[in-house]
Parts: sequence; structure tokens; C-alpha cells
Amino acid sequence: MMPLDEMYRDIILDHYRSPRGKKPIDAANVTAEGHNPSCGDDIKLEVEIKDNVLKDVHVDCKGCAISVASGSMLAETVKGKTFEEVSETAKVIRRMLKGEIDQPPDNIGDLGALAGVRQFPVRIKCALLAWVTLIEGLEKYAAEGREGRIVVSTEKDDEQ
Amino acid sequence: MASRASDSPIVTVPDARVLDVERIKADFPILSERINDKRLVYLDNAATSQKPREVINALLEYYRKMNANIHRGLHTLAERATSAYEHTRTHTADFIGGVKPEEIVFTRGTTESINLVAYTWGEQNIGEDDEILVSEMEHHANFVPWFQLAQRKGATIRKLPITVCGHLDLSDIDNLINEKTKLVAVSHMSNVFGTVNPVKDLAQRAHAAGALILTDGAQAAPHMPIDVTDLDVDFYAFSSHKMLGPTGVGVLYAREELYRDMPPFNYGGEMISQVGFDKVTFADLPYKFEGGTPNIADVIAFDAALSYLEKLGMENVHHHETEITRYALDRLSEVKGLEIQGPQDTSERGSAVSFTDKDIHPHDISTYLDYNGIAIRAGHHCAQPLMKFLGKVATARASFYIYNDRADVDALVEALIEMRRYFGV
Repeated sequence: MMPLDEMYRDIILDHYRSPRGKKPIDAANVTAEGHNPSCGDDIKLEVEIKDNVLKDVHVDCKGCAISVASGSMLAETVKGKTFEEVSETAKVIRRMLKGEIDQPPDNIGDLGALAGVRQFPVRIKCALLAWVTLIEGLEKYAAEGREGRIVVSTEKDDEQ
Repeated sequence: MASRASDSPIVTVPDARVLDVERIKADFPILSERINDKRLVYLDNAATSQKPREVINALLEYYRKMNANIHRGLHTLAERATSAYEHTRTHTADFIGGVKPEEIVFTRGTTESINLVAYTWGEQNIGEDDEILVSEMEHHANFVPWFQLAQRKGATIRKLPITVCGHLDLSDIDNLINEKTKLVAVSHMSNVFGTVNPVKDLAQRAHAAGALILTDGAQAAPHMPIDVTDLDVDFYAFSSHKMLGPTGVGVLYAREELYRDMPPFNYGGEMISQVGFDKVTFADLPYKFEGGTPNIADVIAFDAALSYLEKLGMENVHHHETEITRYALDRLSEVKGLEIQGPQDTSERGSAVSFTDKDIHPHDISTYLDYNGIAIRAGHHCAQPLMKFLGKVATARASFYIYNDRADVDALVEALIEMRRYFGV
């Protein structure tokens, strides 16, 4: 497979064309906005979290195919998971994109399709945007124990 | 001509204005690079241009034959380097319409040139309640320095708006330039729309109101004949690297009397006359603005870039780009789903062509094109106020130069059509 097809896998293009998680949710208690200023990717996440479990999530991403697909896959993946499980998945994705693990683990499903992005270093932050935004939003919620709105810029992320 | 008309009456004289692009291409070693096993089609000239062999060789020559610090050394190498550096200054002064060499200051780039004005002239002349008029299509380089200066001084930034067609909206100009206006900051050519702005008209309006005008010429100087005296601008800033020269060299032109009254920018070596514990006096123009060892090698190699452009003729460069831009606008309009920004009339614009695809993000466009050997720019082009006006987070931009031909435009258009098939839109 040529590298371009490895990044734009069929699964990615499918998520890009019909993103999941578009349905607004009523009982959101965490709202997080993420931006990639240099790309112009903007993502807005709303999460309903109860007893440490993500009950529902709404994703609204305006950006490139990679950031939209990554956000869509996030919406599909995190529902019903605990905060710790979601954090672990985010770490695995980050390690996969940084090339620290060769093969995507079996247990992350469609998310493994993001592995092809690592051949395009400038696009890694697009794939990470949804995850960085979600984790920061959840961490702030956990730390402050109250509803809140957070704005995240991946380009301030020191690991980029 | 070798043959006189009387000897061969039916001789075909090539149009002197038409550039020999095949020959020009051969002067640029990088253009024979393969990108993803494809021919390189370089369409990111508004970001930086490629360099001809003459410029690359001039850099090597400098380091091989004349490397020395300038202005102070009394040895042969120092004399060679000083002479070559000052020769570039005179050449640059000639290139922009024959101004005085001491009106040319070398900086690191357009951004530093504009900051120099903001931190020297601006600090001295902008006060509370003064107004700085900045156009909505400015690159951040001609926006942020004024914004920061206004913040420091309690001055007001006013917006010279733009129209949906990508022109400056001059309908309210008599109000926007008023007795409070101290400076008009406007680009000669937009890096997003390609629009060529009516700088001369704005200069007259600014002067009539007692204001000065600073023009960001980074996108214009590489592409058309420039005469700063005719434009009647007070400050004109541009960069070597967008006009075949090395990176790290900027030019600031200012009228001599303005320079005389401006304080130095960087204090230190090279810019002083006398230094003592009781008193420091500064060097003459233009040296008082060139503190520290300048970018000697790159300034000297910039001379070769100016010579290359003069050999082609800036009128011819402009003519070529108008032709290629017209062809690009025509062909891009054939691509389904594409929206082209900026004026459609090539008499009002240069060769930076921004576009968006209604279904595909500019970064996906850029990645797809790169995979086909085509280099364009995608993003906000350091013009976020303009992106906000357009209601877009980013655009894709193709920008043409002397070594681009119709085949390059065709490659772009074919790839864009194929891209829509690839993404299934």
C-alpha cells in the first residue's frame, strides 16, 4: 500500500464522510474545545460523565480528514468507558503515532487505522487533537470536580 | 539582433517579453529533485522562492574567497567583503527605483524591517489617541508590530476593510484617514488574494492628512518593477528569500530625513561612532540601524539574485506571471467544488492564488498534492484577520514564479480533479 493510502485508509475516509457522535447531548457536564491554530482544525466535545463513566459524547469537528475521522472514532470508542480506560487508550494512540509501538494493539479497533498518519509527521497533531482535548477536559473536570469549559491548543502541547 | 531586417525580412523575432521558462528552469538545481518519485512542481513561491545556481555559487564564493567581517578590518579580505556588501546596498537602492544607498538598511527579513520602524519611528511618534490604519488583508508581520505598539502607547488600531472581491474597501477612506492618523500600514500585494493595492493613492491620502505610509512589499518586490519614489511611500519593506535570494536578508527603505530622526534599533558594535563612559555617539546612515555583524554572506549573494531578475527584466517577469495567473484562474475554474479567492481580473492581482474545496480541507489538499510532487501552501497564511473575514480557517494557495509554466498549472488542475475522486466527493 502506498503511504498516502495508508494514511487515508478506507476506515478513515468513511469516518470523515459520515462522522459519528454528531447528535447533541442534553446532559453534558464537560465541554472542551480544541484547536490546531496552524491547521485551522477546531473541535468541540461535550461529554456526559457520571460515576467516572463516559455516558455519552458529542463531537463537532471542523477540520481535515484526519482530525474529523479521529474525532469520529473517539465518539464511537469512549462511550461506556471509565476515565482511566479512556486515558489509557489516548496514551496508546499517542505512542502509536509517535512510532513507539510498531503494531496497533488489537483492542483499539478502528483506531488502529490512524497508524498510517505517523509517516506524515506534520499531521500527527491532527490525529491527536480530539484525544488531547478530551483528556484535558476530563482532567480539569476531575481536578475541580465541577462542570466547566476548557480550551485546549495542541500546539502548546510540549510533546508535539 | 545578429541579422538586420533588410537581410532577412521574414525573420521571426521572439517576443522579448516572453520568458524562456525551459532555460530558466535549468538554472534552478532544486527543480530537478524528485518528490515521491514525481517531477517537482513548486507552487509555494509566495512562501519562498527557489534559488538559481548564480545565487548558490555566490554564497560559496563568498566563503571561499572573501569571508571576513566588514567595515572594520584593514586587511584585503575585509575590503573585499565590505565592498561586495556595500555593492549589494547600492544595487538594492537601484532596484527599487534609484534611491540613495544610505536609504537601504539590511535586516533579517520583512518582519524585522517592520519591527525596526515600529520600535524606532513608532516609539517616537505614536502617542495616546493617535491612530494607525491597518488593512484587513495584512500578513501578521504588518499587523502585530502595530497592534503591540498601539498597546504600549494607548493608540488606536483602525481597520481598513476589504470587499468580498478581495479589494481594499475605500468607500470610507476619508473618514479612516483623518487628522489623528499617524501611519497607514498596507501591503503592496496580498499574500492570500494576490491583490495589488493602490499604494500610490493611499500614500497621497496619507500625506494629505499628515500621516506616513509603510508598505509591506514582500509579495510585490519579487514580481513587478518597483519605484518607491513614484509610489511616494515613506517606508518599504521586503525580503530577499522570496525573490531568488538567500533567507535571512530583509530590506528596509525609508526616506533619508526619516532615518535621520529615528533612534537606532540594535545598540552595540558597528552602529557607533564614539563610545566612552561619558558619551556614546552613533554611526551615520545607514549603519546606525545595522548594529552587530550583519548577515554578510547572504546579503552579498542577494546581489546575484537582483542581477538574475534584472537580466530577465522585471517588466517581463510581471508579464509572464500575469499570463500564467490568467491561465491558472481559467483552468482552476474548471475544477468542480473549487472556490477561488481574490480578484479575477489579472490587471488587479499577482500570482498568489488562494482556493478552497467545498468538501476537502486545505491540509488534505496539500498532502494529496505533495504526494503528486506538487508543493503548495495550506493554512491561514499568517493572515488570521483575513481568514476570519472569509469565514474560513484556512485556504490552499498556489503561487507562481518565473520558472512555472502551463504544464505546472495543468499538473495542479489534473491532481485536484483526481483528488476529488480519491476522497470520494
